[in-house]
Amino acid sequence: MTTAATSSPPSPAATPSLISGRGTGRSGDRIFSVLTRGSGALVVVLVVLTGAFLLWKSVPSLLDDDVNFITSRVWQPAANPPAFGIAALLYTTVLSSVLALLMAVPVSVGVALFLTQCAPRRLATPLGYLVDLLAAVPSIIYGLWGAFVLGPVIAGTDSGPRRAIEDALGWIPLFSSTSVARGNVFLASVVLAIMILPIVTAISREVFLQVPRANIEAALALGATRWETIRVSVLPFGKPGVITASMLGLGRALGETIAVTIILSQPSSLEDFNFSVFYGGETFASKIANNASEFSTPQKTGAYIAAGLVLFVVTFLVNALARVFISRRGDV
Amino acid sequence: MAVVTSSPPAPTKRLLESESAGRRARNRLATVLMAACLLIAMLPLIWILWTVVSRGAGLLGDSTWWTNSQRGITSRRVGGGAYHAIVGTLVMALMTAVISVPIAIGTAIYLVEYGRGRFAKLVTFMVDVLTGIPSIVAALFIYALWVTAFGFQRVSFAVSLALVLLMVPVVVRSTEEMLRLVPRDLREASYALGVPRWKTIVKVVLPTAFSGIVTGIMLGLARVMGETAPLLILGPYTSSINLNPFDGNMAALPTFINQDRNNQALDPAFDRVWAAALTLILIVMVLSVLGRLLSRFGTVKK
Repeated sequence: MTTAATSSPPSPAATPSLISGRGTGRSGDRIFSVLTRGSGALVVVLVVLTGAFLLWKSVPSLLDDDVNFITSRVWQPAANPPAFGIAALLYTTVLSSVLALLMAVPVSVGVALFLTQCAPRRLATPLGYLVDLLAAVPSIIYGLWGAFVLGPVIAGTDSGPRRAIEDALGWIPLFSSTSVARGNVFLASVVLAIMILPIVTAISREVFLQVPRANIEAALALGATRWETIRVSVLPFGKPGVITASMLGLGRALGETIAVTIILSQPSSLEDFNFSVFYGGETFASKIANNASEFSTPQKTGAYIAAGLVLFVVTFLVNALARVFISRRGDV
Repeated sequence: MAVVTSSPPAPTKRLLESESAGRRARNRLATVLMAACLLIAMLPLIWILWTVVSRGAGLLGDSTWWTNSQRGITSRRVGGGAYHAIVGTLVMALMTAVISVPIAIGTAIYLVEYGRGRFAKLVTFMVDVLTGIPSIVAALFIYALWVTAFGFQRVSFAVSLALVLLMVPVVVRSTEEMLRLVPRDLREASYALGVPRWKTIVKVVLPTAFSGIVTGIMLGLARVMGETAPLLILGPYTSSINLNPFDGNMAALPTFINQDRNNQALDPAFDRVWAAALTLILIVMVLSVLGRLLSRFGTVKK
C-alpha cells in the first residue's frame, strides 16, 4: 500500500507555488479528485445497472412462465403462455465446468510447481510466457480447433480415449455410452480445461512464489528432498491461493460462450435428456448465443435474459467465494 | 509459520546421510510428473498454432486477402478477402479503447491516490466483479439497454459498449499495479516543490508508470478483439465494408469465422474460416506479446 495519499501537499498559502506559476491549484485538485472518483463511481454503477437491467427485462417473462423456472427442462419461450425452465441448462453448464476444473487444476498446479520450484529461473520465465500465450488464443479458435481437430481424436464414437472411458466406467450413468459423436459434453470440458489452464496456472505460480524463503530452506535443511519440501512447505502455504485460482477458473468456464457453442450439439428436444458426458446439451451461454437472432418479441427475449441473469448470479457467487479465500489468507 | 513443524517424522538419525533410495525415487517421480504437466500444457498451444497456420496460411499470401471484402462472394466461390472484417475489428477495438481507457485510468488513479474507506473498497470489489463477468452477460445487458430500453438498432457501437465492460477491469488492474510501483519519494519531491496533487499525478506519476499503462491497454485490447459473444448478440455480420459504427451492420473477424463455420464441406468457405482465424490470432498475439515485452523492458523507471 502506498501511503502517498496520507501525505497531503504543503499548504499552498505558505509556499508560493513554484511550478504552476499562477493560482494555488486548489480548484484543479478538486476537479481532478471529482473526475477520478466519478470514474470509480461509474464502474460501480455499471455493475449495478447490469444486474438491474437483466432483472427488469426478465421479470415480465418470468411472471408469465407456465412451468417452474428452476426445475423444468422445457424451453418454449415463444409459446403462449411461455414455458421455460433452466434445469437442463444448469446441468450441462455445471457438469462441463466442473469436469474442466477437475482436469485443469492438477495440471496447472504441476506446471506452477515446476516453474517456481524446479526449473532454473532463466528457463522458467520464457516457459511461463508460453503458458500465458494460451490465454491469448481467442475462444472462437478454441472452438474451431476443438470441434474439427481435437474432437475426432478424443471424442468421436470410436476414438480411443472415449472408448477407454466408456469401457471402464460405462456402468455409471454419467459415463454411459451414447451415439453422439464429437458434439458432447466430454469434448467441451476438455477444451474448457485447456482454456482455464493459463489463469489457474498464473495465479498458482504467483502464490507459490510468495512462499517464505525460510520455510523452504528450513525443510531443505532438515534433509527433505525437493518433493518433500514442496509437500510440507509449498503446498500448505499455497493451498488457499490454489483454491482461489480454481474458483476464478470455474467462473471463466461457466460463462464461456462461443467455444462451447461451436462444440456442443443440441439435442433434438429437451425432453430427450441423458446424464452422460458423452451426450450433447446446451449451457446457459450457448443457449443464448444459439438463439441470438431470435430476440424478436419482449416475451422471448425476456426468457433468454432470465437465463443470462442466472448465469450472472452464478458467476458472481463463484467469484465472490474466490475473494473470500484470498481475504481469509491476508493479502496475496 | 507453523507449517514446517508439521513436517513428516524427519529422519533425524540420518540427517546428513544421503536419502534412501525410496525417497529419491519418489522425488524423481514427482519431478517427472511436474515436467509432464508442463508438456501437457504446451501440447494444445503448439497443436492449435500448427493447425491454424497450416490450414490458414495459404490465403494470407494473397494480396486480395488484405484489400478486398467478401461482397458478392458466396460460400461456394473462391476469392475475396478479409478487409471488411479486419477494419471492423479495428474500428470496434478503437471505439472500445477510447471509451474505456479514460474510465479505467481514472478509476485506477482514484484507487491508488485518493481511495480510502468504504467507497474505495466498494470500487475494488466491483472491478473484481467486472473481471469475472461473462462476455455474454455483458452483451445481454447492453442489449437490454440499447435495443429493448432505448429502441436503437443493433450496431457496432453497441458492441463496443459491451466490450467496454470487459476491457475496463483489465486496464484498471494493470494501471493500479503500475501506479503502486511509483516510488513515494517522487510524489513527495513534487509536493515539496509546491506542486498541487493533481499536477503531480499528471506530470510525475502517470509518465513514470506510462509503459505499464500501455501494456495494460494492449492486453485489454487483445482480450476484447477476440471476443465473439457480444458480436453475436449486438453486431450482425455483413460481407461488405462499413465504417459507420452507428448505422448498418459491420463485419468483424470473429463473426467472419462464425459465419461459415458450419460449411466444412465447402472448401472455399472453410479455407477462409481458417485464414480468418489465423489473421485474428496474429493480431491478438502480436498485441499481447508486444504488451508483455513492453512491460518487461519498461517497468517503472527507477
